[in-house]
Amino acid sequence: MKFSFDKAFKAITVIFGLLVVSIVTLLFYELLINSFYALKVFGINFFLGRVWSPIKNVFGALPFIYGTLFTATLALLVAIPLSIGIAVFLTEIAPKSVKEMLTTIVELIAAIPSVVIGLWGIFFLIPFVRIYLQKALSPFSFIPLFAGETSGFCYLTAILVLIFMITPIMTAICKEAFEHVPADLKEAMYALGATRYEVIRHITIPYTRTAIAAGIILAYGRALGETLAVTMVIGNRPNITLSLLSPGYTLAAVIANEFLEATKRLYISSLIGLGLILFIISFIVNLVGTLLLKRLGK
Amino acid sequence: MSTRKLKNMAFNIFAIVSFIIIIIPLLHIITMVTLNGIRALSVELIFSLPTPPGKGGGGIANAIQGTIILVILTMLISFPIGFFAGVYLAEYGRGTTAEIIRNLTNVLSGIPSIVAGIFGYTIIVVYFGFSAVAGAVALSLLAIPYIVRTTEEALKAVPREIREAGLALGIPEWKVTLYIVVGAARPRIIAGSLLAMARIIGEAAPLLFTAFGNPYLARSIFEPVDALPLLIFNYALSPYKDWHAKAWGAAFILMIIVLSINLLVRYYTRRRT
Repeated sequence: MKFSFDKAFKAITVIFGLLVVSIVTLLFYELLINSFYALKVFGINFFLGRVWSPIKNVFGALPFIYGTLFTATLALLVAIPLSIGIAVFLTEIAPKSVKEMLTTIVELIAAIPSVVIGLWGIFFLIPFVRIYLQKALSPFSFIPLFAGETSGFCYLTAILVLIFMITPIMTAICKEAFEHVPADLKEAMYALGATRYEVIRHITIPYTRTAIAAGIILAYGRALGETLAVTMVIGNRPNITLSLLSPGYTLAAVIANEFLEATKRLYISSLIGLGLILFIISFIVNLVGTLLLKRLGK
Repeated sequence: MSTRKLKNMAFNIFAIVSFIIIIIPLLHIITMVTLNGIRALSVELIFSLPTPPGKGGGGIANAIQGTIILVILTMLISFPIGFFAGVYLAEYGRGTTAEIIRNLTNVLSGIPSIVAGIFGYTIIVVYFGFSAVAGAVALSLLAIPYIVRTTEEALKAVPREIREAGLALGIPEWKVTLYIVVGAARPRIIAGSLLAMARIIGEAAPLLFTAFGNPYLARSIFEPVDALPLLIFNYALSPYKDWHAKAWGAAFILMIIVLSINLLVRYYTRRRT
């Protein structure tokens, strides 16, 4: 058979493509094999145990799973309406001459490194939450969410940081989609006397629901995995509570803080186990997102 | 006023307020980093090594060197992989294999950065110790999916006529792809790769237990290195005032680099289209 450059070139690209596949497979394998010891020792209690104590050599991940889902979910609940609001502002309300510039500014937020946001969190947001926000929330302390006192290092601060970080991601996707809504659909509705709110509610949002769903999934994934900005402000204490003013801990944060301290085999294995859980959670979110997009896309 | 109009007005106000809510912290961060950063900025900060805490003086040259090494190594690892995988998806990307590659690239782009750090630890640090290479491997995990997607999208945006014109001239397919199609897509591929670079420059989580940090200049890529984001993280959580000042200085440098890459890429890609 004659040697063919075309086939050789294709083979090279396939090899690199498969390399990406093997990297992901290897990543999953490494996480699994290195956390296997902890999973074997604790069994299901690794996921459901509430105690994480390197001294007693007992490792349960539940408080961290809770902290991760709690912060990411609450941040998402605020970020969704906020991003839709901003996207509407950028596409419909902002004057044409500054639209581009304002959009760029919002998108730049996503480019700020997470440690820089963490740094700002420590030196500005923490005192701000402790002094002002705490006072403002004190009349509502009968609601479990706002019960207790805070030093500033708490779930609330972490959630505020996350909202700030994920909103621009969702906004960018929503805005892009809103711009592609056919003008005649909107104009038809305006011609019937509809207000802007009604057009957005009944045309824009239903028309762009796929993109909005994609934005939600992307933002949620980012919030679940965000490490340093959260680590720097959340207080780093395993804590299953509804109170936003209590310190908490997330999967990513505990790995970041304790990995270098871990010397015993079971301890390291447990920390990698937390990485496995984080990987699986983000994998599921990704999968649900892909399936959702396929269904909505039809 | 009717309820419909009231609702509409409330909604308009909500949209404007949403925008203001997100813009205020951004402006505040930029101002705070700039003010504190400029105060900390000096020739010494950029060119000298750290001094023991509390002693004053000294700089972050180790972190600047480390960041440069890490970025170069990461791009050397991730660009070829991402580029060729992207070419495959764009040019031959039909069927099950392509679908698997595409989906797993998606999975990779969603992994939390700290998990990338664990990967660098278990496959390199465990055997060879902390090093710049281990850090770059961890960072590559984050950069690769970005470059794959950029390349795929850039190549797909090249009109089919260009490809056909090349083939009609009797140029072999692989040359058409590599020289003509990639040539046409080059600005977008470069833009995407620069954005991937801007993203990894700011990442510290994957470096915590791979590149580890180093108060001295590294003499080889097989030694631990520091990095600007890593230094910010460590210094911010320390109790020393002058370390806090240096963290702000480093944050200022980091922010200038990342924001200018983003703005430049935006400026050039927008002007071309």
